[in-house]
Amino acid sequence: MGNKQTVFTHEQLEAYQDCTFFTRKEIMRLFYRYQDLAPQLVPLDYTSCPDVKVPYELISSMPELKDNPFRQRIAQVFSEDGDGHMTLDNFLDMFSVMSEMAPRDLKAYYAFKIYDFNNDGYICAWDLEQTVTKLTRGELSAEEVSLVCEKVLDEADGDHDGRLSLEDFQNMILRAPDFLSTFHIRI
Amino acid sequence: MAQPLTFVLSVPETPEDHGPEPSPYDESEVHDSFYQLIQEQSQWVAEEGLELQQREPGPPETPGSGHQTLLGPEDPLVHSTATLRILASMPSRTIGRSRGAIISQYYNRTVRLRRRVSRPELRGVGRSARPSLRLYDLELDPVALEEEEKRFLLVKELQGLPVAQRDHVLRGMPLGLAEKRSLREESRTLTRKRRGRRGRRGLLPCCGRLRDACVLALHSLGLGLLSGLHALMPWRYALKRIGGQFGSSVLSYFLFLKTLLAFNALLLLPLLAFLVGVQAAFPPPASPGAVPAFTGLELLTGAGRFTHTVMYYGYYSNTTLNQPCVPPLDGGQCSREADGLPYNMPLAYLFTVGVAFFITCITLVYSMSHSFGESYRVGSTAGVHAVTVFCSWDHKVTQKRASRVQHDNIRTHLKELLAEWQLRQVPRSLCGRLRQVAVLGLVWLLCLGTALGCTVAVYAFSELMIKSPVSTEQEGALLALPTVVCVLNLGAPYLYRCLAALERHDSPVLEVYVAICRNLILKMVILGILCYHWLGRRVGVLKEQCWENFVGQELYRLMVLDFIFVLLDTLFGELVWRLISEKKLKREKPEFDIAGNVLELIYGQTLTWLGVLFSPLLPAIQIIKLLCLFYIKKTSLMANCQAPRRPWLASHMSTVFVSLLCFPSFLGAAVFLCYAVWQVRPSSTCGPFRTLDTMYEAGKVWVRRLEQAGPSVSWVPWIHRYLVENTFPVYLVSALLLAVIYLNIQVVKGQRRVMYLLKEQISNEGEDKIFLINKLHSVYERKERRAGRTQEAEQLAGDLDTW
Repeated sequence: MGNKQTVFTHEQLEAYQDCTFFTRKEIMRLFYRYQDLAPQLVPLDYTSCPDVKVPYELISSMPELKDNPFRQRIAQVFSEDGDGHMTLDNFLDMFSVMSEMAPRDLKAYYAFKIYDFNNDGYICAWDLEQTVTKLTRGELSAEEVSLVCEKVLDEADGDHDGRLSLEDFQNMILRAPDFLSTFHIRI
Repeated sequence: MAQPLTFVLSVPETPEDHGPEPSPYDESEVHDSFYQLIQEQSQWVAEEGLELQQREPGPPETPGSGHQTLLGPEDPLVHSTATLRILASMPSRTIGRSRGAIISQYYNRTVRLRRRVSRPELRGVGRSARPSLRLYDLELDPVALEEEEKRFLLVKELQGLPVAQRDHVLRGMPLGLAEKRSLREESRTLTRKRRGRRGRRGLLPCCGRLRDACVLALHSLGLGLLSGLHALMPWRYALKRIGGQFGSSVLSYFLFLKTLLAFNALLLLPLLAFLVGVQAAFPPPASPGAVPAFTGLELLTGAGRFTHTVMYYGYYSNTTLNQPCVPPLDGGQCSREADGLPYNMPLAYLFTVGVAFFITCITLVYSMSHSFGESYRVGSTAGVHAVTVFCSWDHKVTQKRASRVQHDNIRTHLKELLAEWQLRQVPRSLCGRLRQVAVLGLVWLLCLGTALGCTVAVYAFSELMIKSPVSTEQEGALLALPTVVCVLNLGAPYLYRCLAALERHDSPVLEVYVAICRNLILKMVILGILCYHWLGRRVGVLKEQCWENFVGQELYRLMVLDFIFVLLDTLFGELVWRLISEKKLKREKPEFDIAGNVLELIYGQTLTWLGVLFSPLLPAIQIIKLLCLFYIKKTSLMANCQAPRRPWLASHMSTVFVSLLCFPSFLGAAVFLCYAVWQVRPSSTCGPFRTLDTMYEAGKVWVRRLEQAGPSVSWVPWIHRYLVENTFPVYLVSALLLAVIYLNIQVVKGQRRVMYLLKEQISNEGEDKIFLINKLHSVYERKERRAGRTQEAEQLAGDLDTW
């Protein structure tokens, strides 16, 4: 430890530490991971807050994400413009929310946004079908997929409007104790 | 309950801005990053048709039907833009999704936080990101504040919170990191300014500054400790690899191992500090007779060279160490020893073991209740499809092959669920059910019979060992009983697994629970017989010798042999089985048996707890054993096994593991300890309780001495006489505890009922909403049709004119 790093100012590092669930050391480690993705693009000096975005293709090639069927949605949700290209802030935010210290409500909020493929604020039947297809790599028949979606809506839709709102989703997450351990990326 | 809300609905008269691109969302309310997407979406929806068109609504006049589909903007947009505008400005569409709404919602939360007198529980403050209409009146409150104003107010509220709480709130906000940093920056600058202004005013703000400084110092200390702990926490990379390759379920075994390491370290520290260290510093006079030479057998039997060391009970003296010098009666000089604190060894022994157990108990109960609280919920009904779809993908899995295995698992699970649902519609015949019950009963009978048989075998063998006493030359024979126990412990679970193949359970998770139950019964019964053998029979047989040493050594032997047999089992069970199954049977790699391995860990921990009284260094041996076990199991796992194919509820399982650790395991050890301390006569030739009737008497002797010491410490004897020796307080406390438990049960029942009522209410509200929207839709459709007709009529009139 100690103050030998020259990447961030002391205040910046403290701000990151206070606003994410990471300690100083972990933030530095994450920065070097980010920098390794695009060494020519990312400067080693962030004291002047450069505006650098690592393109989505490099993010999705990270070993933690490359076999994740939802990696595109994850990158889109956490990126600034919803296109998957991430700044360092987005990168830290993403791993902070997916770390094991993030509380359930925060994770549920972002999980909802990830599964909401058309970004309309609701998980409708189409979003569900996309989710199930990605989960099973398209190996379930169309009939089975629609049956599964129907049962999901039956179980989770509280006000019976044919789609899941954020509250329905959070209610369902409350009943799923595994959520905290599965919605977790170790880095 | 609710105040009547007056709906002021401002509906635009005619859709004059009925342009070619009806954008259904108010631009200023939408999250910036999704604006583009929504634009594109609405264009696409307007130009092409929608695949959702097939969901034609049922007759909207029957609000009682189960699923009413919503006629929303998904329907063809050619008509009723006005409806769309109204729908777009519905509070549920705008609140909770936009940044401004989140900011204002958090502003309201922090206001409530600040106004509370006691320290608020942040977790209890509103769960959903959607505030109630009463708190945030977007359309209804004519004096709606702008986003900027709300943000400023939020910043001001954040300053009112102490630093640690402010950070906690900031971290939990679902905003972007840049946004959080600017909020933090603003709240700090304003605090600094305020502090600067107030600093000239006197003493009271000085206390505030001091408090802030203390909190900041504690906060940075806490963070430093946390990062230090993270550095100390070993195996971060190893755990990441295991999780990446095998998923959360197998990882839970290794995390449990880590937890046990922590428990043992916690147990060892007071023992090392107060017993082993002190006695090693003041060794007792050397025992008569030659010290036996060190042969390798000591490592297995624990006897021989190790007998008269700090490892066992017999080494500890029964006097007060470092006592101030009392000159002998014949007037001689007393040798000048170091004058330090007198250390009453028997008392220290009793208290240290007691306190160590108490701390372990508190930690166990706390972690069990915490884990229980996380995994069980009031009124949690089966939502298994939803949970499978949303929560079953383990994001920790990073390897391609493991990822594919996960895909397969989830697909299989979904297919099983669908099949089960279809099967449930065909109820099983009475004959089939009876047959299943019969098979179940038979298998249980066989398993219990096996457990009984093993117990009888252990009992008979132990009686045999008593009848043929072992001389010092044949120390190897001491290993016979532990070997038999270990063989039975290893062999019977395999038998159980074969028997379990006969019965067919409906749910695979139930199979796992049943297997755990049977193995647990076997192990606990065998341990029970051994405890009876030690405290009941051995005490009588070894009357003049040091029976405590013997019991300590037996437990040491059991632990070491258990470790060796686990090694052998890993070698043969996993490595050789993998070679056989790959070469000969052409099947896949064997699965990692999580339940069996965890029960092994619990068994080993029980042995440690049983033996702490008789061998204070046993936790150290357990720590070494756990460390070796981690690396061995990890290597074997990576080389030989695959992840379990059954769906595994990882968090339920870890709750079950910790509960099993607490209830049969720790409770049994505590009962054994209490019995040994209160009822059994300690041996008269060795140990710190040589001259007493029971070990507990050391405490009584001390209390009596305190009584004579004077009135200044008289409250200790008083507590002892009226609260500990007296049985009435015990009954009172038990009765109170029962009352509290009963009250809690009633509260939970009431909560469940309230939840049921609220769910019904939500469902009714949903139906009302759909009904109203459909009515609105039809009203506007009629209006537009009328407007269209008048337009046509006008056009026709104009044509006629020109013509």
